[in-house]
Amino acid sequence: MKTTAATMTVEDHASASRTGLASAFFALILGVGIIAVTGHVQAAALHDAAHDVRHATGFPCH
Amino acid sequence: MRHTTCVTQLASPATKMFARIVTSALFAGATAGLLIALLQYAFVQPVLLHAELYETGTLVHFGAAPVSAIQDVSGFDPLRDLLSVLFTMLTYCGYAMILVALMGVAEERGADITLRNGMIWGLMGFIAAHLAPAFSLPPEVPGVAAADVLLRQYWWFATVATAAIAMWLIAFHFTMVGVGAAIVLLLLPHIIGAPQPAEFTGPVPTEIGALFASRALSVGLAAWIILGAFCAYFWTKEGEAA
Repeated sequence: MKTTAATMTVEDHASASRTGLASAFFALILGVGIIAVTGHVQAAALHDAAHDVRHATGFPCH
Repeated sequence: MRHTTCVTQLASPATKMFARIVTSALFAGATAGLLIALLQYAFVQPVLLHAELYETGTLVHFGAAPVSAIQDVSGFDPLRDLLSVLFTMLTYCGYAMILVALMGVAEERGADITLRNGMIWGLMGFIAAHLAPAFSLPPEVPGVAAADVLLRQYWWFATVATAAIAMWLIAFHFTMVGVGAAIVLLLLPHIIGAPQPAEFTGPVPTEIGALFASRALSVGLAAWIILGAFCAYFWTKEGEAA
């Protein structure tokens, strides 16, 4: 759908805003997931590989 | 400016907005993460390696013989150091994903995202994700005594989340109620208290522990300001390209 600013209605604006909010929400969840994996998951291989970074970044490590 | 933003979003599905967030976050996180990894390698890693000499018992603090404060901790460990670079880049990609997503929401609500205020976003990010939890759980040098890791992680996530909401309130709801709520959110985790160890058993000299904490926090501050600037740069650049 190609819409110009001149023809945009209030409903269009609200729906665009919801789209943006949903996209931002999913990106935020993805970001938290990455932080959990690199900084918090205690699986031995992950912990050992990320050890120095976890200490330097201030995550609870051991 | 405002119209351009709306047209872009209307002309594109939700995936396009998501793609803009993810693309700019990955660029920002990877490039900033690389610089941050170098800062950590130069200033934090030597202190960590020094502490590990005490953690492993190679050196003994208050042992039979005095131990020199100068130790050779230089040396390149390719696998370990490369993994640290990789995980620093990944970690800051995760943070960038959150920061850019929030920048996107703020922009939709009328805020301007620029390179300069990107650095302030970074500063707010540092306060939320690094300084706020460090107030009660300081960056841990290896070997330090600590409470159960899972409990500390729960507390860490709760503290970062409440501090992040507090930063948002201060930035975008600067009213008596907004700032009051922010102060309560910032103080609450520390009044409840972080999980602490029952006994102090750390073998590492306090001088090293203090240097480690201040180096980790200072490099963290620089890291977040770099990250904030890069996030704002790539977010606006991706917006122009769309």
